[in-house]
Amino acid sequence: MMRFTTLVKNPADWMTGEGADNAIVLTSRIRLARNLRGESFPGWAKKEERRHALEVMRPAVEALPCMKDAFSQELDDLSSVQKQVLVERHLISREHAARGEGSAAVIERRQSIALMLNEEDHLRMQSIRPGLALRSAFDALATVDEELEKSLDLAFDHELGYLTTCPTNLGTGLRASAMLHLPALVLGDQIGQVLQAVNKIGLAVRGLYGEGTESLGNLFQISNQSTLGESEETILRRLERVISQVATHERNARDKLLEDDPAMVADKIGRAYGVLKHAWIIDSKEALNHLSLLRLGGDLGFLPADTVKSCDALLMDIQPAHLQLHSGRKLSPEERDSIRAEIVRGRLQSLQAPDMGSTRKKNDSPDQNPEIL
Amino acid sequence: MDCDICGKKAKVHLTQLVGGQIKKIALCDDCAKEKGVTDPTGFALAEMLLGKSAGKVSVPAPFQTGAGRRCAGCGFTLDDLRRIRRFGCAECYTTFHDEVGQMLRGMHKGTRHCGKVPAGLMELHARTQRLEELRGKLDLAVNSENYEEAAGLRDEIRRIELRATPTKD
Repeated sequence: MMRFTTLVKNPADWMTGEGADNAIVLTSRIRLARNLRGESFPGWAKKEERRHALEVMRPAVEALPCMKDAFSQELDDLSSVQKQVLVERHLISREHAARGEGSAAVIERRQSIALMLNEEDHLRMQSIRPGLALRSAFDALATVDEELEKSLDLAFDHELGYLTTCPTNLGTGLRASAMLHLPALVLGDQIGQVLQAVNKIGLAVRGLYGEGTESLGNLFQISNQSTLGESEETILRRLERVISQVATHERNARDKLLEDDPAMVADKIGRAYGVLKHAWIIDSKEALNHLSLLRLGGDLGFLPADTVKSCDALLMDIQPAHLQLHSGRKLSPEERDSIRAEIVRGRLQSLQAPDMGSTRKKNDSPDQNPEIL
Repeated sequence: MDCDICGKKAKVHLTQLVGGQIKKIALCDDCAKEKGVTDPTGFALAEMLLGKSAGKVSVPAPFQTGAGRRCAGCGFTLDDLRRIRRFGCAECYTTFHDEVGQMLRGMHKGTRHCGKVPAGLMELHARTQRLEELRGKLDLAVNSENYEEAAGLRDEIRRIELRATPTKD
């Protein structure tokens, strides 16, 4: 069984965009909700009933081929910092972290498939991929689903589909979402319009950590709301279409910013670079917002292309629980802000100042560091 | 529109949200006065419709229809459902079938599952959906007095139902 420290030692491929174009669409995520027939749903079940459901599910989940040597823990056996780290990595939900007794998390070694046992539903399974790849993320999870239904008696109704605790998840139990980085739409003041249009066709837009969270670092999540009355295929197809449209808008907005107001863009990126390289105290919000601009700089060619990857790793590592894990002790908010600044400075140490002359046009290959050439 | 109580011409029209459901009622002048409908905010439409304690109601009571109804599977009551808007177990969806129907209105793109089906249930699912489709057509045929078509549909339904029960040879 994999230990917690081993699990979180390295960022997952999907966190740093390994092997995918993640300049605008960072990640694609699929979640399926499933429940057991004949067992009370976790929120209504008594303690013993929850425990019983867990005993039924856990062996089946651990026996999944993809869960060989996986991380598998009851939440009660994790410290609150450890749980928070999993939340910050999007491997469990905030709700799940708060549940404790009778709940467990089983996470595949590469962190691309994670199952929450006794969350709001008996089973919440998720699959994450870098870039826009809802289909392949879904296919991976469908395999898991089909494997599980051989050994578990899942609650299914011929009219309502998969039965879930909350009727908003009925039917497919499918929530598909993508995380988008939209700094140019924000800078160009077009974001409101775009998000409104997305909302109008029945898709939800949320901040970095899902429902009810604010948007930080120009990061937005787009997901389906309707789960009943359409096939998974239809839901995914619509979502992929809308997400690529939004990504195209962002791409155009980036090009337009460079054309219309290169000085403004250079100024924003230069200032972000200055602050992140030289700050000694920085809170999470400020850091995220500057990293967002640095990330943009990497994509536009002001900074080496791999800046994007460094930023993505930092997005995760500067979160409060990650900082505490890194320091091995509980930190006051003031200490966190200092350690955050220290980590950021350290990571960006070798990053040269942005070269404002070397912006990348649409189809150029990402520029190397021009000084070396 | 006529008065919902006596059938005379209605003058007072009320719309009220009861347990997440919109209810409309029309009353004539006399009935409105008799029921004490002068302050619509303090008037419980549901209670009046159900004929309970008519006329002297001041607080709307949304948990009217069998709030004590209980799911045999998990003990969840209609009252719990109205309170937390979630269900207690899979069987609740059968116990509170009508309420599910109300809750689903406008919530999703549709009200009937069209997605993935567990492999073991595929055949049963296809048959169930086919039967429901045929029964819908049968209703239509009967209503439009198209008895020849109805008879054909009835026979097909029977055939499928027969196939469903395992034969004991």
